[in-house]
Amino acid sequence: MTLSLEASSVTVAYPNGHTALRDASFKLGPGTIAALVGVNGSGKSTLFKALMGFVKPVSGQIRIAGGTVEQARKQKLVAYVPQSEEVDWTFPVSVWDVVMMGRYGHMGFLRIASAEDKRIVSESLARVGMSDFKERQIGELSGGQKKRVFLARALAQSGQIILLDEPFTGVDVTTEESIISLLRDLRNEGRIMLVSTHNLGSVPEFCDHVVLVNRTVLASGPLEEVFTEQNLSRAFGGVLRQFHFEHSTIQDHDGKTVKLLTDDERPLVFGKDGHLEYKDRSGREELVREREKMEGRE
Amino acid sequence: MSWLAPFQYPFMIEALLVSALVGIVCAVFSCYLVLKGWSLMGDAISHAVLPGIVLAYLCGLPLAVGAFAAGFVCAMSIGWIKSSTRIKEDTVMGIVFTGMFALGLVLFTKVQTDAHLNHILFGNILGIERDDLIQVIVASVVTLAVILLLRKDLMLFCFDPAHARAIGLSTVALHYLLLALLSGAIVASMQAVGILLVVAMLVTPGCTARLLTDRFDRMLLLAVASSVLASSLGVYASFFLNGSTGACIVLAQSLVFLVAFLLRGRRAAQKA
Repeated sequence: MTLSLEASSVTVAYPNGHTALRDASFKLGPGTIAALVGVNGSGKSTLFKALMGFVKPVSGQIRIAGGTVEQARKQKLVAYVPQSEEVDWTFPVSVWDVVMMGRYGHMGFLRIASAEDKRIVSESLARVGMSDFKERQIGELSGGQKKRVFLARALAQSGQIILLDEPFTGVDVTTEESIISLLRDLRNEGRIMLVSTHNLGSVPEFCDHVVLVNRTVLASGPLEEVFTEQNLSRAFGGVLRQFHFEHSTIQDHDGKTVKLLTDDERPLVFGKDGHLEYKDRSGREELVREREKMEGRE
Repeated sequence: MSWLAPFQYPFMIEALLVSALVGIVCAVFSCYLVLKGWSLMGDAISHAVLPGIVLAYLCGLPLAVGAFAAGFVCAMSIGWIKSSTRIKEDTVMGIVFTGMFALGLVLFTKVQTDAHLNHILFGNILGIERDDLIQVIVASVVTLAVILLLRKDLMLFCFDPAHARAIGLSTVALHYLLLALLSGAIVASMQAVGILLVVAMLVTPGCTARLLTDRFDRMLLLAVASSVLASSLGVYASFFLNGSTGACIVLAQSLVFLVAFLLRGRRAAQKA
């Protein structure tokens, strides 16, 4: 059995009549890190819910490793790393307890941990570099540490398909890099990671596949083919913030057209000598002239 | 009067034992209720059992059966109204439980029963009858056994239902199980403190324990300890105060909570 994740013409509608996802199709093979990219309300979380069997498609089907979602659930194939906002961080459980929850599906009726379960939990904690924190209550961790704990739980579950919901919000750069390198290791083991993210700039850094959604799957395929300016503007409409270098106050740019896109925030750009640069040159001709003058004097 | 005077009376000994048993059941359950954020649901269901009790009298069924059924009707109606309208859940609860409680009161005045309304509303642990005692014990033992057997699944359900589902647990079944256990705990503690104050038994021990620890297993133990202590204290004090035993138990629960709260304040101050 080769690992795969496939949705064909999936339509999901909620009881109140709202169709969150229509005719969505994509396919992921083994050893993939796929970015799930789209605006809020584009159906990213609905897609996750469908993959976990929380909502049933009204038409179309989802196949996981050749079987149904229900079969995948029984085999604990799909692991979920929740968004930080979804977790009750005041809950009285330790890091160790949370990672052990990944093993529950593998335990007997009374959920008594075997030596094997404990070994796997220790290993998973070591893998994400959280062994020293195993006695901490989960609320006492930093944003990045919290993410790593839930990633360790997915490992302990031995989930072959890992769904990560916004793994980089509230995470510092060092942790982001360590999470990315862990995801690469997992990819090399043949697992499939589907990462929902707002962080467009990080996508080319660690994903090899992109699924663009906007109430349906607009495009799905290898990063270079799908993560194009044209596709992104289809996915985001006018939502993206843009910074065109050739329209900006930046002088002496290399003459090529460089455009910077971000989802959430406007970029802050500093030019040569630490000058603050503005998005539009028009209306600031005075400033540009002044800087040119200073440049000439030097 | 001697400090040991209450122990000369068999009904006092019995009341102490029953209140301790009820205290254990409620304490264990309260940990889940508090962490799940279902305190208001506990309040709603405990009021809503009244019409069920009256109807059970009418049909000659055990009270527990009626209470259980009414609790379920209440929970179902709340879920149904909430999912088919835009009204917020706490508002729906307010409407449903007051409506059912009022229905119970009206039914009670229309139907001749040999029960005393006061005993149902405020408990009657000192004058508990043989049949009622058996019901209390059965409801307590069954509820406690189910919770302890499934304590990890229930904890996971409270903490992270998405993960519970992902590893193959049925979250729908766990949801209804938790509701059923809530009804069971209410039936068990109804005789001790009455349906008006049951919610204190179902919320306070868990909160008290939560203040003192941030580990779940320790929280269970501390909740049981605080609840048994408060129940016994309440029964014991009511002998001297000659007051409502149920109210004394609940008052003792509040006092234990207050002590835990003050202790925690001091601990937090030392940490800082």
